[in-house]
Amino acid sequence: MYPMIKIEGVRHAYQTPTGPLPVLDGLEMSLDEGGFVAVVGPSGCGKSTLTRLVSGLMKPDEGRVMLHGEIVAGPRSTVGMAFQNPVLLEWRSILQNVMLPLEIVSNSLSKTERVERARYLLSLVGLEGFEDKRPSELSGGMRQRASLCRALVHKPEVLILDEPFGALDAFTREDLWQTMHKVKEQESFTGVLITHDLREAIFLANQVIVLSGRPARTQYVLDVPDTGPRDLEHLYTPEAAEMLAILRHQIEIAQGRAPSDQEVA
Amino acid sequence: MSLRSAFVPASALIVFLLLWEGLVRANGWPNYKMASPSDLGPAFTKHWDLFLVMSWQTLWRTVVGLLLAIVVGTGLGMLMGFSRLMRDALYPLLVGFNAIPKATVVPIVALMFVGQHDFNTILIAFMISFFPIAVSVSIGLSTLEPEYRDILRSLGASQATIFWKIALPKTLPEFFGALKVAVTLAFIGTNLMEIVSPHGRGLGALFDSGKTNSDYPLMFAVLVMLAFLGIVLFYVVVFLERIFAGWADR
Ligand SMILES: Nc1ncnc2c1ncn2[C@@H]1O[C@H](COP(=O)(O)OP(=O)(O)O)[C@@H](O)[C@H]1O
Ligand SMILES: [Mg+2]
Repeated sequence: MYPMIKIEGVRHAYQTPTGPLPVLDGLEMSLDEGGFVAVVGPSGCGKSTLTRLVSGLMKPDEGRVMLHGEIVAGPRSTVGMAFQNPVLLEWRSILQNVMLPLEIVSNSLSKTERVERARYLLSLVGLEGFEDKRPSELSGGMRQRASLCRALVHKPEVLILDEPFGALDAFTREDLWQTMHKVKEQESFTGVLITHDLREAIFLANQVIVLSGRPARTQYVLDVPDTGPRDLEHLYTPEAAEMLAILRHQIEIAQGRAPSDQEVA
Repeated sequence: MSLRSAFVPASALIVFLLLWEGLVRANGWPNYKMASPSDLGPAFTKHWDLFLVMSWQTLWRTVVGLLLAIVVGTGLGMLMGFSRLMRDALYPLLVGFNAIPKATVVPIVALMFVGQHDFNTILIAFMISFFPIAVSVSIGLSTLEPEYRDILRSLGASQATIFWKIALPKTLPEFFGALKVAVTLAFIGTNLMEIVSPHGRGLGALFDSGKTNSDYPLMFAVLVMLAFLGIVLFYVVVFLERIFAGWADR
């Protein structure tokens, strides 16, 4: 069995007017089907670049990015994406926004089946009754929920979330964490979540990857036990506190604010 | 349209006309200084056939110039919006071209295409009005959030799909905003040509004949007619905007 996502020895540099900017160097990742990985690291280290590699929007200079053991050669419609900016189209209703990918990805769904699929997802994330509203009539958290539905509507194998809750207030964000667990129960996908919130990482993921500062390599991998739905109390258990302490320490190393473990030893 | 929304502008118009009339009478200005609204009626009835013909000529040439400006402006806007290289190359050129007062271009165009009065007039109407359209379309396209592109491209959408589904509709509010400006500009262009190089056609020529005959009420009547045509065309654009970009109305 191949892992769902496998990244091996990836190096990548952007060509800029002032010369190449190395962004990734020694990126490794392996994630089984149905898994959920959270990627954390200093800002500007190359996290979004990682998502663009997995989604096939870019090819790495060196190394391999594979889905199902198959090298990613270009965009593939088996990927769904959502970003910090929900970018909903203002001239479409929420329902039509969610259905957008179905207009592009070839599928055999009839019009009614598409509407049903979109309505089902909207009710799953708690947006029942908002189908005919315009994006501007929704709050930031609701828009992010709709954006999540759009990313899922074509049943992608891989769901990529690039800091999707980063711009939301703390309460709305925690609400959305619960929603994510609900969605994970009902839909089958392999998740990649970019985040800068360590609590979010251990609450949602079964694997947390810490990237070093730019150029990023995989610096640390943490396995999170017990990944089923749970309430926020779990973030205040001793196990959670320990994981958070480890991650915080790793982030400090990545930022260069603490000596790396090798240097200490 | 509700009674109120018709009543308010109508009363504003009446108040404006009364003030104008009052101003002229209070100062005892003769007609050659400033005509009053009460002089306009006779001027219109005396020359109503001329007004009909000339208005039509001014209107159709303005509209054709405007349509040309829409086609060329949108094309240039697309070039500059999608290609960084094209933007860097064309933008300074367009700005420079736009900065030239069109009154100076009128005699040049009139000499270049002697006798082709319709063509010349349309050309000036076009030249004066395509710039805001080109700029707004290019800004609309180049400020498209990269996330849209990523979402659609990751699903395998072509550039054309991205343009039709997202870039084009997203640009419509800016486009119509620019079109409202362009309408007014196109009228200025048409009239410039008609006044500076009169061939006895259009409201500009009628204005010019009023000048040569010292028929001041006629000149003022032409101004009012121009304002009226401008308003009509402006609201045609507003109407189209409601249909095609009504969603941007918040
Ligand atoms: N298309 C690009 N061209 C040049 N440099 C880029 C490009 N995209 C990102 N970068 C640079 O690469 C680095 C990593 O970017 P990114 O992957 O977006 O980081 P992160 O998501 O971790 O904040 C940043 O310094 C960014 O400025
Ligand atoms: Mg990023």
